[in-house]
Amino acid sequence: MRPAVRPRFGFGFDKGMNEGETIFHEEFTVRGGDFANAGDASCRIRRILKDIGVDADIIRRVAIASYEAEMNVVMYAKSGIMMLDVTSVQILIKVEDQGQGIENIELAMQPGFSTATPEMREMGFGAGMGLPNIKKNSDVFDIKSELGSGTRLKIIIHLNGKHA
Amino acid sequence: MILKEIIDILNAAVLSNRESLNLDIQRVIACDLMSDVLAFGDSGALLITGLINTQVIRTCEIAGIQAVVFVRGKKPTVETVKMSEDFGITVMQSDLSTFEACGRLFAQGLASGLTKV
Repeated sequence: MRPAVRPRFGFGFDKGMNEGETIFHEEFTVRGGDFANAGDASCRIRRILKDIGVDADIIRRVAIASYEAEMNVVMYAKSGIMMLDVTSVQILIKVEDQGQGIENIELAMQPGFSTATPEMREMGFGAGMGLPNIKKNSDVFDIKSELGSGTRLKIIIHLNGKHA
Repeated sequence: MILKEIIDILNAAVLSNRESLNLDIQRVIACDLMSDVLAFGDSGALLITGLINTQVIRTCEIAGIQAVVFVRGKKPTVETVKMSEDFGITVMQSDLSTFEACGRLFAQGLASGLTKV
């Protein structure tokens, strides 16, 4: 069943070609500020991919990208939805949040740039490595944000392609 | 080096997953920043950290790290230990400083698990 809460803003991503046949689809709700459960969705995604039999290196890249994205929702947004789509050729993760948005994406992509609070840093996060690390582990990485509305991330990791 | 030897070297107490003490460890990460563990850490390494919350265990699960030593005498929360049992991650606790724990293991030939820096 699809979650009742959907992001209100309407910008999106074009559906690309050659996405392959869908093997698995699941959606996860992430609550902003819920540090106790932060990372739970990504751990579940990791287990799902392991059960499907995805290659260990690919699972690791997906899990790291997903976990950093999930932490960003917990740390900075009010709520978010993570969507996992496994097809015959790729793993797609979309993260849509309702929150403050990112004022300057270029700045946010710079390693070490952070607007984290002391609470976030106490968790071992907020060092300004999140978005750069998501990009590093992705084959396709796209980020769109509207200030005051929220942020959307699209992460694709190819199942059989080479990673730079 | 197997985990059992590391436990002796660090005078560590095992808090969870006692059945995995024959796990082979070749590399060590000493880090309190979980983002850096995710960005640069090798899977299969041992994590030495002073951070004791559940994010440490989730980070290990995500990064493929199967063993953690909490140093500086820090005691992990009940939730942290329980989560490590659920994920099959061995958690240990030592009174040594990060510096001394690393020094002892380095002297025994273990290598850095942050090789992608």
